[in-house]
Amino acid sequence: MDAHEAHHEFEIPYTVHPRPDTGLYNGKLGIWLFLASEVMLFGALFSSYILLRTSAPTWPRGWEFLNVPLATANTFILISSSVTVVLGWANLRLGNLKWGRIFIACTILLATLFLINKGFEYHHEFVEGRLPSTNNFMALYFTLTGLHGLHVLGGIIVFLYMLFPGAKMWGKDRARYTNRIEIAGLYWHFVDLVWIFLFPALYLM
Amino acid sequence: MAQRKQLRVGTQWLYVDDAERILRDAIRLREEEEHRNRIEGHVLPWYRRWLFSTDHKVIGLQYGFTALCFLLFGFSLMILMRLQLGWPGHAFNVMKVLGENRAPGGVLLPEAYNQLGAMHGTIMVFLAIVPLAVGAFGNYIVPLQIGAPDMAFPKLNMASYWCYLPGGLIMLSSFALPSGTANSGWTSYPPLSDIATIGQTFWLVGMIFLITSSLLGSVNFIVTIVQLRAKGMTFMRLPFFVWAQFVTSFLLLLAFPPLEAAGILQLMDRVAHTNFFLPSGLVVSGQILHNAGGGNPLLWQHLFWFLAHPEVYVLILPAMGIVAEVIANNTRKPLWGYRSMVGSVVFLGFMSFVVWAHHMFLTGMGTLISAFFQTTTMIISIPSVIVLSALFLSLWGASIRFTTPMLFALAFLPMFGIGGLTGLPLGLATADLHLHDTYYVIGHFHYVVAPGTIFAMFAGIYYWFPKISGRKLNDFWGRVHFWGSFVCINGVFFPMFLQGLAGVSRRLYDGGIQYAHAKAIAEQTNPFMSICAIGLLTFQVPFIINFFTNAFLALRGKRNVTDPNPWQATTLDWAATTSPPLGHGNFAVLPVVQRGPYEYNAPECTTDDYLPQHLVLPAPPPSGGGMLPEAAVAQREI
Repeated sequence: MDAHEAHHEFEIPYTVHPRPDTGLYNGKLGIWLFLASEVMLFGALFSSYILLRTSAPTWPRGWEFLNVPLATANTFILISSSVTVVLGWANLRLGNLKWGRIFIACTILLATLFLINKGFEYHHEFVEGRLPSTNNFMALYFTLTGLHGLHVLGGIIVFLYMLFPGAKMWGKDRARYTNRIEIAGLYWHFVDLVWIFLFPALYLM
Repeated sequence: MAQRKQLRVGTQWLYVDDAERILRDAIRLREEEEHRNRIEGHVLPWYRRWLFSTDHKVIGLQYGFTALCFLLFGFSLMILMRLQLGWPGHAFNVMKVLGENRAPGGVLLPEAYNQLGAMHGTIMVFLAIVPLAVGAFGNYIVPLQIGAPDMAFPKLNMASYWCYLPGGLIMLSSFALPSGTANSGWTSYPPLSDIATIGQTFWLVGMIFLITSSLLGSVNFIVTIVQLRAKGMTFMRLPFFVWAQFVTSFLLLLAFPPLEAAGILQLMDRVAHTNFFLPSGLVVSGQILHNAGGGNPLLWQHLFWFLAHPEVYVLILPAMGIVAEVIANNTRKPLWGYRSMVGSVVFLGFMSFVVWAHHMFLTGMGTLISAFFQTTTMIISIPSVIVLSALFLSLWGASIRFTTPMLFALAFLPMFGIGGLTGLPLGLATADLHLHDTYYVIGHFHYVVAPGTIFAMFAGIYYWFPKISGRKLNDFWGRVHFWGSFVCINGVFFPMFLQGLAGVSRRLYDGGIQYAHAKAIAEQTNPFMSICAIGLLTFQVPFIINFFTNAFLALRGKRNVTDPNPWQATTLDWAATTSPPLGHGNFAVLPVVQRGPYEYNAPECTTDDYLPQHLVLPAPPPSGGGMLPEAAVAQREI
């Protein structure tokens, strides 16, 4: 066996193309498992919300003081960003790097817009004197939206990496780069989905 | 004879055909050298090889070494506690290491005892045993056993270790705080932990690092086992150890996030002054705490035990896996009931998510809930009993090799059995009312974890040391280590059952002598237990010397095992070369798996008494010759 062939044996298989019997490439299975763990994280927080709310004698009504129109706008912003990330991935699949990057850039812009809006909301709460220590509703509001905001921020960082330094991979290994966008996109849909639950739980119910 | 052409190289004249041959050889040697460098990582600087390595074997060793250090450290904390419990209020010179503010004049203060207790539990569970069982053994052995070149995500693997180490160091650094470490027990129950000193914040931040580490690790393990199994390695051909790690990874993946959530909430309570776990009208040291209130301390307990019960199985399943490997190898028989063991361990994994509130019978959460969790707890004992029984039955009729790893594995069985059976009364709400928070509980889970899991870890170390290093650990000192530890550890933990039945509460810094009902038994048993604990420490010295001497000699390249398979084992880890080269790549050629993991004394065996998983047998003789299949099976049953 020559050196080149031997070296091939040491490469980790199924990083790009799916394993025939499982139908998955490694990263895709990995991200689904990661998301399962995220479901447990937010699931535990939502359970805490339910337990604290059901055992409280009174519970503040979010819509009376939170900015529902802005949060509604944010909901649409985040859903749109989920659409743009899919469009970005679809364009990469078709071999169109330029439009792929444009849509990824759109996703980053929408996510940033979401965080800016969230910042305005936080500022308003602080000015009005509603702090995490005020009551358990505000505590949950800040904890849940804060953690969700960190996830949005994490997504922005990942997409920024993919957009600029990470895009070099396109020249070397297109399929792998496209897979990375798919995986980041799956994460992004999850972040979106968490907000779809947070929005009614905090603002409307 | 044709005239040979000559050419001049430097000052020498060579024949051209000779020169060609020399050149070809030189090129081949250089290619081989480069190839070896690529595999063994010689080209990498030392810090990439040993510190920031992405190779699963190096990371496994990093985990193992770090975890063993934490194990010793956590054990030392326990020795200090045992000194205090055995002779309450006495001055000990060794206690002075804790400093004047914790042990003035060598007498341990109650608050310092609480710190030692909290840190002993946390370090042993989260920094020592889980990283040793999963991070070290899992990392090193699983890819080898499934015939993979490495873990699926080598960089995540490195990140996992580099989240674990800072997490541990953050926890340890809290010893340097003026107010000391966390002191609310390893369970960190609020409201006490919410209002505890700053050490608790360090504990929480450390835990978040550790949870991240185990998340990265568990994703990696599951993907590796699902995706990177060698050709022919079906799920039912996986060694039991891999199955145990597989289920463990799911537990880590899905059970840890709720504790992360709980940790975030407690951190918010402590840093942002929220009231998730602080009820209204809380009185602290006679003063009403003027907080908004409305929180629920039980919420923490639910979230904590939602992790911490599966965590118990995280502690025990890899141990069962190691014991299964060692027993199959040393009984020279297939495991008895491999399929039912696998089924049990998967069922155990599922059930472990619905038993958590059996830790909370005393909280008054309601009889209906208690009845539910009591039922699930009784159900979960069934698969554990199946696994243990299968391991016991594997011994039946075997010609057992009493090697050092086998001694530890054999001791695991009754020790885990005692630990498991004493758990049953705790799972029944009525009996638990009496036994809850007594030394009985401490005895119960220490039997599971100390002579259970830690003995299995020792079995694993003695078993795989030759594979990792090319040296067998010294057998005589191994036996000294085993028998000494075995006697002493029972001396420490067995009296705890008696104390607990007599009603001695846990976490009392004087061991209970301040209470009339506990005074007599505490005074009778505690000094004996403390002496046994010191004996246990003494008997670890042969192991430590044995381990480090051999590790040092192995690093110097002095091997005393030449056979890559010194135990004549069947699984793929033994098909790799001894101390498999560092860098990705464990096998010269990726193996193709032909059969199940434990084909010892199979009818097909001709020369040896075992058939390695990857060994290709010559084609069977045409039908008509040899034994009929039924006859072959019958012979194997005998």
